[in-house]
Amino acid sequence: MTAVWCDRCGERAAEGDHTACAAARRLEPPRYCPSCRRRMKVQVLPAGWSATCVEHGTVRSDG
Amino acid sequence: MPEILDLARTQVLEHGIGLDEAGVAAVLRLPDEHVPDALQIAHEVRMRWCGPEVEVEGIVSLKTGGCPEDCHFCSQSGLFTSPVRSVWLDIPSLVEAAKQTAATGATEFCIVAAVRGPDERLMKQMREGVAAIRAEVDIQVAASLGMLSQAQVDELVEMGVHRYNHNLETSRSYFPNVVTTHSWEERWDTLRMVRDSGMEVCCGGILGLGETVEQRAEFAAQLAELDPHEVPLNFLNPRPGTPLGDRPVVEGKDALRAIAAFRLAMPRTILRYAGGREITLGDLGTRDGLLGGINAVIVGNYLTTLGRPASADLALLDDLKMPVKALSATL
Repeated sequence: MTAVWCDRCGERAAEGDHTACAAARRLEPPRYCPSCRRRMKVQVLPAGWSATCVEHGTVRSDG
Repeated sequence: MPEILDLARTQVLEHGIGLDEAGVAAVLRLPDEHVPDALQIAHEVRMRWCGPEVEVEGIVSLKTGGCPEDCHFCSQSGLFTSPVRSVWLDIPSLVEAAKQTAATGATEFCIVAAVRGPDERLMKQMREGVAAIRAEVDIQVAASLGMLSQAQVDELVEMGVHRYNHNLETSRSYFPNVVTTHSWEERWDTLRMVRDSGMEVCCGGILGLGETVEQRAEFAAQLAELDPHEVPLNFLNPRPGTPLGDRPVVEGKDALRAIAAFRLAMPRTILRYAGGREITLGDLGTRDGLLGGINAVIVGNYLTTLGRPASADLALLDDLKMPVKALSATL
């Protein structure tokens, strides 16, 4: 599925330069749902993370 | 060799007496070509007064976001437009985090909450969480829950929390530029209570908040006066939406100067790599710091950001022939 929203900055993924966001995401979990831009509830554990959108469900670092 | 490094060799290495504020400032001002010399002496100091073991720790956020305080570096303050949402970790996930940490060989697991100080809900979660971890996981439990009352200090001791983290964050003179909702002295009061309770004191801070070299030296001297069991050294990782979100990261050479300087101020403390080292120092700098005074690491992820894989740090320690401190050595 193509992301509509950048999961780091929450702006439109197709607009602007998100190179810095992609670089930062290597050391950050996602914060915004790429489908609806809602801020997600993120849990970071020592060996992984999960991010939950109330509308679009949960994504995890291990896929 | 600069005079300050000769002094470090005789005073700190041979006698175990840390540099004072002026000495720390002199190390922080060393020209680039002498940084390797400072790191070498700091490493020798660490080996002589602490030994070769490296203490490994994992951390987890029990309560994330929604904090009423305004620490300008923190993405968990509810007063800023940070994307971090408020969320609580449940007990099974907390125990899972402790298991993930123990699986790395770590001896320390620190439970952290983004609060001014714990309320009854948080203390209840701590009671249940610490008991569950102690029943299932062979690891030392530490906590970082903000400012405490004496009754809360006593309760944490009763739970079996052996170390308490409460960072002073920066020097006393610069603190009001970073936090306005409470004072440096309030933090100091909690640290004094923790010390008096018999819990180990863990207290460090963040470099790169805009402090001057003099204030960085002042901070090292104030930590040395506190004489904590452990000093976690963070480097600012500027977070979107925070007042310090646009600050530059600390230059790698300055970070290494600081590592050497803090070690030379506190020859016997556990000096721990904490957040921000990945962006400030990268892989090569991480190695340089471990050979320049650092003798502890946080492995894996942090509270709201991600770290290097624990396996990468453990492989580096193996490569450097630095043994991971065993649990039996901490009891």
